Amino acid sequence: MTPTEYEYLRKFLRDHSGLDLSADKQYLIESRLLPLARKAGIPGIGELVQKLQGAGSGALVTSVVEAMTTNETFFFRDKVPFDHFRDTIMPEIIKARAGRRSVRIWCAAGSTGQEPYSLAMSLKEMGAALTGWRVEIIATDLSQEVLEKAKAGIYSQFEVQRGLPIQMLMKYFKQTGETWQINPELRAMIQHRQLNLLHDFAQLGTFDVIFCRNVLIYFDQDTKINIFNRLARQIEGDGFLVLGAAETVVGLTDTFRPIPERRGLYKPNDPRAAAAKPALAGAAPRVAVMAGR
Amino acid sequence: MKTCLVVDDSSVVRKIARRILEGLEFEVTEAEDGSKALEVCQQKLPDAVLLDWNMPVMDGFEFMGHMRRLPGGDQPKVVFCTTENNVAHIAQALSGGANEYIMKPFDKDIIADKFAEVGLIPVGQAMV
Repeated sequence: MTPTEYEYLRKFLRDHSGLDLSADKQYLIESRLLPLARKAGIPGIGELVQKLQGAGSGALVTSVVEAMTTNETFFFRDKVPFDHFRDTIMPEIIKARAGRRSVRIWCAAGSTGQEPYSLAMSLKEMGAALTGWRVEIIATDLSQEVLEKAKAGIYSQFEVQRGLPIQMLMKYFKQTGETWQINPELRAMIQHRQLNLLHDFAQLGTFDVIFCRNVLIYFDQDTKINIFNRLARQIEGDGFLVLGAAETVVGLTDTFRPIPERRGLYKPNDPRAAAAKPALAGAAPRVAVMAGR
Repeated sequence: MKTCLVVDDSSVVRKIARRILEGLEFEVTEAEDGSKALEVCQQKLPDAVLLDWNMPVMDGFEFMGHMRRLPGGDQPKVVFCTTENNVAHIAQALSGGANEYIMKPFDKDIIADKFAEVGLIPVGQAMV
């Protein structure tokens, strides 16, 4: 791949998905896009770039973006956030929502479904504490292909052995040949929707818990700040934001604050407090952006 | 250093498992069937057993029953690792005292995940 082709693809991905590749990710492009090119009968990256530049490449644009933004995922990935969900988030929500008995959860990078289904299983394990509650889990992802897999809830033997305790496999999945499908009762707990985080998501409504893990790492600082600020508008004042292990709001926005001793967990700040110091909210992150480059 | 007994009649599988487990900082011993594994356990119980099901002389399920009845035999974590991949076998293993269950083929990630699941290694180590 020539430097010009790499630069073209970097800009292309930034424009279409917000994916921000650093200058040395040629291997990532080749490992993801060469198989895709070959499947489409395109001999190499150079020819793929030419096709993308040509007119009428809509389907190809979509599949290139999907191939580059699909991430590895498995059940109960990183464990800790799901412990927080069970031990910190839900006990607080159950207390705070005892009156209306409903909880809304958004998985903002739901991918192939392992994360939303892990949350659904966690909720099921809480048993009587949630009897009579209305539980809504919305799982969104950029990729339609990935969403179809999530909806079907069918996983290979390899996939169900990553992060999923054997007791949960036995309890919540049905074996069909070499694959395992999650039970209809759990599938019914989740709504799957296609969504690009760069676009407006106000129509999703307000949530008690937002899982937005391992997706913001791909965005540049300005995009991150923009997404955090819009996430803040979709979260209840006493809600929780959960980020990936390598992600933080610190230095980017004061719309959320980290919860001490709960790595990856954030609470929205009082919007009135944020409004009281608009200069800081606007200016501080830009300094961080400049310093970071 | 924690100890793991690898029980499998295939020397190739034992070798692969040994390499993975040594990478996870286990001291590994091997046995080629349930009966040999039981002899090892009668000398000294390991912290973990990675256990095949179908083996000559004594199968893994029978071995587990004998081992669990040894003094302190309730302590080792038993992780089955077998081509038996149906619900009936898994249920039987769990009710017979297995802690986790791996369906072959396996790799380093699966072993690390399952060992982390039963507390044999810290969760972080499974993420490498």
